[in-house]
Amino acid sequence: MNAALSIDGLEVVFDRFRALKGVSLEVKSGDSFGLVGESGSGKSTLLKAIAGLVPAASGSIAVNGKTLGTRRDKAFYREVQMVFQDPYGSLHPRQTVDRLLQEPLAIHGFADGEKRIQRALDEVGLGTGFRFRYAHQLSGGQRQRVAIARALILEPSILLLDEPTSALDASVQAEVLNLLEEIRRRRKLTFLMVSHDLAIVTHMCERLMVMQNGEAVENLTASQLIGHRVTKDYTRNLLRASEGFVRTA
Amino acid sequence: MSTLLEVDDLRVNFPTRTGLVQAVRGVSFSLGRERLGIVGESGSGKSQTGRAIMGLTPPQAEVKAKKLAFDGIDLLAAPARQRRALRGKRIAMILQDPKYSLDPVMSIGRQIVETLRTHEKVGKAEARDRALAMLEAVQIRDPARVFDLHPHEVSGGMGQRAMIAMMLIAGPEMMIADEPTSALDVTVQLDVLGILDKLVSERGMGLIFISHDLRLVSSFCDRVIVMYAGKVVEQLKASELRDAQHPYTRGLLNCMPRIGFERHPLPVLDRKPEWAA
Repeated sequence: MNAALSIDGLEVVFDRFRALKGVSLEVKSGDSFGLVGESGSGKSTLLKAIAGLVPAASGSIAVNGKTLGTRRDKAFYREVQMVFQDPYGSLHPRQTVDRLLQEPLAIHGFADGEKRIQRALDEVGLGTGFRFRYAHQLSGGQRQRVAIARALILEPSILLLDEPTSALDASVQAEVLNLLEEIRRRRKLTFLMVSHDLAIVTHMCERLMVMQNGEAVENLTASQLIGHRVTKDYTRNLLRASEGFVRTA
Repeated sequence: MSTLLEVDDLRVNFPTRTGLVQAVRGVSFSLGRERLGIVGESGSGKSQTGRAIMGLTPPQAEVKAKKLAFDGIDLLAAPARQRRALRGKRIAMILQDPKYSLDPVMSIGRQIVETLRTHEKVGKAEARDRALAMLEAVQIRDPARVFDLHPHEVSGGMGQRAMIAMMLIAGPEMMIADEPTSALDVTVQLDVLGILDKLVSERGMGLIFISHDLRLVSSFCDRVIVMYAGKVVEQLKASELRDAQHPYTRGLLNCMPRIGFERHPLPVLDRKPEWAA
């Protein structure tokens, strides 16, 4: 299978700060790939650089074999969509769900908007009853479903997920993770998912990359991580930390 | 075990335009010199419980209880002056994010000294020495440097340690920690918990640890209270969490992904209306 996403030597520099120091990565089509690391490790910056939200200083990004330029064209956004961390911040507070979902359709000139909106809402389990509500009338989980619907409405092949459940309660998190898995299976999507939570990444992804200070620490498969077959101390520390507090004395 | 805090039938109501919102609906528990966890999801009333004990409920809300007593002092009947004297001196509170809970325009050292001198008559030089010693106690490597830094100049973990130092300097007997590590990275989280754990047990304090993370709480606390829709649905020893009876507690434990336990799809919580009844 060919690569849906391949990144080579990607550098992102903010003023004098190197947020990404030559990161390379390849995600096969249909795979789910996880990026793990602590705050400041560059995992979200990598996602934003792919989406064209921060400029790359050097290196190359290719989507489905096509190398991207500095400006992303419309065709790119039809292939690649992003879901952000905070559903309270990523939905326009004064637009109804209907209006939110129409925006990408209008930009890309889709004619069958009506059908697509209904389908997208059904797909994320909201139903058309939610169509004319505002974001503040929805719970956190429902908002994240709207954000996912908005990403899906253009039928992309790649979804970039930036901590999609870290602002949600544990029980709602389970629902959203299940939804994402189901959508991926049904639509054969490629996921690139950022999370600080190793348990979520091993649950959702087959392969993952551990990042620290803008660099890749190591590449692992989920089963290597589960079996604690890791080579770097940093990853070992993360694993230990995710097992909870252990009293020493 | 002596009882430090007694809470009986605590209720917190918020009058709103659309009617009364009952945030806490009859919570009862007691706390000795132990670590008690209060767990619940957003809107369960866990934070409002902590705030009501602290006396930080917004003025428009009404707080009622059959009994709300700290070391024999009836907190609801106590005058504002007495409650102010208790706050910070005998009861301390740590909040979630040091970015917002520290004063951004005051150096860390000055904030710690201010807390100390509000509650104790100490000279400037002694206050400074004690603040430095406290910063060292929370494992800040270079206390003299951090003393003069402002909150924006330190990392989240460092800020939260400074917050702990500030809360502990007056030697409180009880501490309420509301999501003290949720804004921190996992590895830093454990450092901060370790420091908190050590200081709480050394000083024999009572700790109320409020969190949404059932697993973290159970690894840290002696006892756990699980709240749902403003009520306590279950109280149990942290070590007996696996034998939790209430379907909400079990559901909450179950729905989190765990490393090495593959379940697709994840079990989801089937909320029953009678849980909130």
